[in-house]
Amino acid sequence: MGFKLDAKIPAGELAQKWSNHKAAIRVVSPANKRKLDIIIVGTGLGGASAAASLGELGYNVKVFCIQDSPRRAHSIAAQGGINAAKNYQNDNDSVYRLFYDTIKGGDYRAREANVYRLAEVSNLIIDQCVAQGVPFAREYGGLLANRSFGGAQVSRTFYARGQTGQQLLLGAYAALNKEIAAGSVKSYPRHEMLDLVIEDGEARGIIARNLITGEIERFGAHAVVLATGGYGNVFFLSTNAMASNGSAAFQCYRKGAGFANPCFTQIHPTCIPKHGDQQSKLTLMSESLRNDGRIWVPKKLEDVQALRAGKKQPSEIAEEDRDYYLERRYPAFGNLVPRDVASRAAKERCDAGFGVNETGLAVFLDFKTAIERLGKDIIKQRYGNLFDMYEEITDVSPYEQPMQIFPAVHYTMGGIWVDYNLMTTIPGLYAIGEANFSDHGANRLGASALMQGLADGYFVLPYTIGDYLSHKIQAPKVKTDTPAFDEAEKGVRAKIAKLLSINGKQSVDDLHKRLGNIMWEYVGMARSKESLETAISEIQKLRKEFWQDVKVVGRADDFNVELEKALRLADFLELGELMARDALVREESCGGHFRIEHQTEEGEAKRDDEHFVYAAVWEYKGPDQEPELTKEPLNFEFVHPAQRNYKD
Amino acid sequence: MSCFLTKSSLGKKLVMSITGAFLVLFILFHMSMNLTAILSPDGYNAICRFLGANWYALAGTAVLALGVLVHFLYALMLTVDNYRARGKQRYAVTVTEPGVSWASKNMLVIGFIVLAGLLLHLFNFWAKMQLIEVLGGHASVVGGHTIAATDGAALIAYTFSKWYYVILYLLWFAALWFHLTHGVWSMFQTVGWANDTWYPRLKCIANVVATLVFLGFAAVVVVYFIKSCCPCCCGA
Amino acid sequence: MNFTLKIWRQKDAKSKGAFETYKVENISADTSFLEMLDILNNNLVHEGKEPVAFDHDCREGICGMCSLHIDGQAHGPSQGATTCQIYMRKFEDGATITIEPWRSAAFPVIKDLVVNRSAYDQILQAGGFISVRTNSVPDANAIPIPKADADESMDAAACIGCGACAATCKNGSAMLFVAARVSSLAKLPQGRVEAARRAKAMVAKMDELGFGNCTNTGACQAECPKSISIAHIARLNREFLSAKLED
Repeated sequence: MGFKLDAKIPAGELAQKWSNHKAAIRVVSPANKRKLDIIIVGTGLGGASAAASLGELGYNVKVFCIQDSPRRAHSIAAQGGINAAKNYQNDNDSVYRLFYDTIKGGDYRAREANVYRLAEVSNLIIDQCVAQGVPFAREYGGLLANRSFGGAQVSRTFYARGQTGQQLLLGAYAALNKEIAAGSVKSYPRHEMLDLVIEDGEARGIIARNLITGEIERFGAHAVVLATGGYGNVFFLSTNAMASNGSAAFQCYRKGAGFANPCFTQIHPTCIPKHGDQQSKLTLMSESLRNDGRIWVPKKLEDVQALRAGKKQPSEIAEEDRDYYLERRYPAFGNLVPRDVASRAAKERCDAGFGVNETGLAVFLDFKTAIERLGKDIIKQRYGNLFDMYEEITDVSPYEQPMQIFPAVHYTMGGIWVDYNLMTTIPGLYAIGEANFSDHGANRLGASALMQGLADGYFVLPYTIGDYLSHKIQAPKVKTDTPAFDEAEKGVRAKIAKLLSINGKQSVDDLHKRLGNIMWEYVGMARSKESLETAISEIQKLRKEFWQDVKVVGRADDFNVELEKALRLADFLELGELMARDALVREESCGGHFRIEHQTEEGEAKRDDEHFVYAAVWEYKGPDQEPELTKEPLNFEFVHPAQRNYKD
Repeated sequence: MSCFLTKSSLGKKLVMSITGAFLVLFILFHMSMNLTAILSPDGYNAICRFLGANWYALAGTAVLALGVLVHFLYALMLTVDNYRARGKQRYAVTVTEPGVSWASKNMLVIGFIVLAGLLLHLFNFWAKMQLIEVLGGHASVVGGHTIAATDGAALIAYTFSKWYYVILYLLWFAALWFHLTHGVWSMFQTVGWANDTWYPRLKCIANVVATLVFLGFAAVVVVYFIKSCCPCCCGA
Repeated sequence: MNFTLKIWRQKDAKSKGAFETYKVENISADTSFLEMLDILNNNLVHEGKEPVAFDHDCREGICGMCSLHIDGQAHGPSQGATTCQIYMRKFEDGATITIEPWRSAAFPVIKDLVVNRSAYDQILQAGGFISVRTNSVPDANAIPIPKADADESMDAAACIGCGACAATCKNGSAMLFVAARVSSLAKLPQGRVEAARRAKAMVAKMDELGFGNCTNTGACQAECPKSISIAHIARLNREFLSAKLED
């Protein structure tokens, strides 16, 4: 049957779409807002900013997070910065240029209208954050400073040292606190959404588990907003926080929300290489390092051998024996090519045998030239905390020797399908930030995730949700003692009971690591028909094994981390397969999705605009059933998709 | 506002800081006075006469006593709060964090030693000088000698001829030294007159003040003790 | 490397806790402290025992979720680092390591090494914000802010709210946490508007929640994983006292 997808993109000129749309949609009067309840799941940039803004408007908001405080959401870990088209640097930046860079960076797999709106509100975000007291970096004149990021030729990234995400989140969290104090928002920390409740085809609430007591609780509302981030932890090792998961999104998918482009995963080029199999996560080194760092591997294999054997220090390798492969291959952008391009180029060199550590999975990021040019003090000012962090982890000082880096899973562009209003295929269910699929296409540019989270939460959702809620002003408070809630709760309890009863031999982490290996090996940076088919069958096998052999200790009505992890892994085991299926169908290479069958002679990603200019939207068809694909065609009215060129 | 000085944590600390500052100023004054006793016992006695049972001296003493009392009571009050805030369950293992002074973590205990020293001092001197005068007397009998209430120098000479008083007083001054090394810069911090540039300076000032106070007071004790041991070589 | 771990186990908030001893073996020096605990937990699961509950999330030293009092120090033996940023090479092979939860009346234990830090949220809710509505703000460059002020504000804003300051303070004082927020906003012109009200409200909430009084030991700044200076406490004192004197 498939979905009847209507993206609800407003008509008219690109630059007018958002203002036309805002003028056309309905609003809710203050007296009626007081009667309406909204549930927001997740308190990252998207969730916190949406909860604060909606609370401020007068809605009754309930906000949930799995951590002990809303401030801990993983947006906090974003380092580098946030883009905006302010043109403060006078380098001919504009809303159109930011829009164009983003849609090009996403390899023409995002909606024009959404991306344009994102660029349009980007400037408001900076204004908002400054007013909230976010201490962005400034110049001596007292005005805001900027730096460059990958995929752009202008300096449009605003930053607060290496802690931009933290500062923006603290701004949104402060706004949220203001509303919590005012009573318009109620906060539920250490609560995990385990199911979505649907009545009459509309989202009516959630079932959540109190992570301290283990109680299963019901919450009703007139609309539910999903702001739960991405599902990169399906790979076990990623730069995501340990608790980041795809379960809330997956429950919505199970209940009928379309899941779009699940295979679009961003592999970040500058992470600290894996050190061994005891590792629990990978640490990102900010992309901003590529402003001054130069990426290279040795030209000669004998140097590689010497490095691996510890017979040579990287600094001993002569300039002419170094291959600055990004500068060589992409002269125009050099070390600042987009993430997908940089990651693949690193993989290409390592596959060719030039990886510089024992595992052969690392390249150098070198600050020698920058230190010579700018002096150690300036480099220390710019990157001091990152250098310290690197030294703490690896015991090597980046001031003396180049850093070793390797790509790692970082972000998922795919997510719950939403229309222009950010509403999913389930009426009354919204998805914002990384949890949705909308703005980054097949690859996200650096410093754009923060931009999207805050754009959705502060400036888009508060307007568009009113359009839907304006039809609910007569609706009474949602009752949670209905059969739909009963059934959802029963399902959750049954699942928990089942997990606790298996009492097998493998721990959740054992199984998660195995899933991670399958995903990295077969659905990672380079994918092929064979690898993806292998992945699907391997994941199916592993899933079966999970449900027969997992060992979850502890009780249901208790603080039980193993149970939390098991519930999340159960969903990752489904999501992994969905990603592989999506990757299998997409017979082209674009952005973060690289099919080795589809590449140019130079090894660049080869898009197929004739057949794949669409968002792949998957519909759940039941346990162990193949999901159904519906395509949302992407219409490029204003820009012409072209081969991405970062060479000249 | 009065309520904030008794209820708010920062208000209570402000009281500690102000009373502390007042006591430090008094101690500095007392020390200068004592030093006179080394240079000129007669000069010292002149000051003693001036500070006898006159109304201004009595008023000063009352204010001073109030300062000590408030400083002490607030210290107890804050400590009770802090004890409660720490919770019932304590750490099994603790260390002294780098850069944290021993004195700063033991101010109450040190304070008790200072207070004990103060009581001894009141017994040794104040009771035989100002108190006697207030009670209408003019002299007291100390260790078989009759010493006039205004003859502070003689009282000093007698007290510090006893080795046990010398040791007790030196211990007392040492405790005071510890108390001041933390207290002096701390009172600036509490009223907000401090920052990263000034911490080293303030801590230096605190150490200088504490050391001056120690040396100043100890000098009198030591000089008089030496004088009592060998009157000939000291020319007394 | 091999280690003996003495870990505080406590079933729930009401139960009495006690130390239990565990052994972990064949730990690589490059393993992080929390990964070492992961290994212990995985072993415990295989033995059918309940794993040790501890808080953690980003494992990059920024989310503030991880805690732990390790061998007498909040966030373990490194300065300027969180527990998740400690690597086992910091410890001697064969060492016995004592691991305790934050201990402070305002941070009750939930289970094992997990404590309830919602008091910090409540303090911020009392006034740790600038009251601006979404979208009713001037252009970002409308107010120039001296670089030094912005930098100082950022120094304070680096606080991750982990609770190490109150946990390490012998008085159970949350002053460094409160000061970081007050100071960060007080250094910016946007934050000056409500500065007096904010300082008073946050201090009042801090007192109400049962945190202790600062005695300027400086232990908090020594253990703060973000090395936040007690100069911010001085600024809080100044802000608070001048606000009170105007009342």
